[in-house]
Amino acid sequence: MEKSDNLTTIAVTGLNAIDSPGPGIAVIRALRDGLAKPLRIIGLSYETLEPGIYMHDVVDKTYQIPYPAAGSDALLRRLQYIHEKENLQLIIPNFDAELHNFIKLGPVLQTMGIATFLPTQEQFDVRDKINLFRFGQQQGLTVPKDKIINSIAELNSCEESLGFPLVVKGKFYDAIVAYTMEQAQKAFYKLSAKWGFPIIVQEFIDGTEINIAVLGDGKGNAVSIIPMRKLYITDKGKAWAGITLEDDKLIKVASDFVNATNWKGGCELEIMRTKKDELYIMEINPRFPAWIYLSAAAGQNQPAALAKMAMGEAVPVFTGYEVGKIFIRYSWDHITDIKEFHQVSGMGEL
Amino acid sequence: MYLKKNIATSESGFIFNPSSGDSYNVNPVAAEILQQLKQGTALAAIKENILKDYEVEPMRLEQDLEDFMNQLKEANLLEN
Repeated sequence: MEKSDNLTTIAVTGLNAIDSPGPGIAVIRALRDGLAKPLRIIGLSYETLEPGIYMHDVVDKTYQIPYPAAGSDALLRRLQYIHEKENLQLIIPNFDAELHNFIKLGPVLQTMGIATFLPTQEQFDVRDKINLFRFGQQQGLTVPKDKIINSIAELNSCEESLGFPLVVKGKFYDAIVAYTMEQAQKAFYKLSAKWGFPIIVQEFIDGTEINIAVLGDGKGNAVSIIPMRKLYITDKGKAWAGITLEDDKLIKVASDFVNATNWKGGCELEIMRTKKDELYIMEINPRFPAWIYLSAAAGQNQPAALAKMAMGEAVPVFTGYEVGKIFIRYSWDHITDIKEFHQVSGMGEL
Repeated sequence: MYLKKNIATSESGFIFNPSSGDSYNVNPVAAEILQQLKQGTALAAIKENILKDYEVEPMRLEQDLEDFMNQLKEANLLEN
């Protein structure tokens, strides 16, 4: 495709706008709202039924890419092919499991003229569930106690140190609250079968769940911080509705995290506020959350700001946002045709 | 006892706590009390105003007001 000065071509992953949604569609919506130049959005998908593939008013063209387990070489070959056709200027990956490959490929992509705006591997690792407690201790951030285990036998020792209930967590996703040893064992087998080892067993913290969408500039500054309380939570623990909050303590926790890590890119802090008003960092997701469009709606368009910074534009730190802004997610039966499905499944692009 | 400064209230009796995201609806008399609390009116003066404007026994008002203030406290809407 001819390069046009007036067209910005951005590739985005996470088109799975399902009941446990990836952030891609929300990121694209925010980009389309917040960038002045005309956009061409290239979807990068893993599965043939990711809804975004078929949403042609949102995604202009989609290419299937290899699963993260295929490694960075396979991903690079596919991206080279896509780049030849589309002349990509920026890639915004949105899945935890794919970030390692994209971070690794960052310098190569840069030489190809494709920008990314991602944390370093070190930044990525430090907030990993496996390292989070140690990181919190070092930085004076409050994080629940945990144990990293690789066998069912180690689960017994967790009862002594953490007590019940406790939270059993998968390496990448999923968390199950267990009230008995039997439930903990069941969760251990289920999560290790799905996500592999290790398993993280975490102290249970009772309270109100708050999430914070954050954009770091890679130099220790938080360009944007938007706290949100889930108003409605699905059985998978995902927010179906949420509201922006005003709370200096929440802003400080996020700001301290960015400052301590020099975080570059988008991330989401999962916070639990106890009845005593303690703020525990439960998890730090290394990419934008699926509710990220709320940041744009509240006046701090984080995906657009990330895109601008990635493409060399200076972005000042946002100073205000609308408190009490609410998002309510909804379901929609999008209609497509077998020809389109065939095109994706057979040709790997649509 | 004062309402926290950041608590949003409307004349129709809607309360929004921007720190927690919680919202509440109260009846018209409670809405009037809230408006006065927000303006910094002392509790004793609020009682006098209500007694002047409504037909209510002082004892009953005393009890209802105490209940209401406890509810506001429980909802974390009052300054400590």
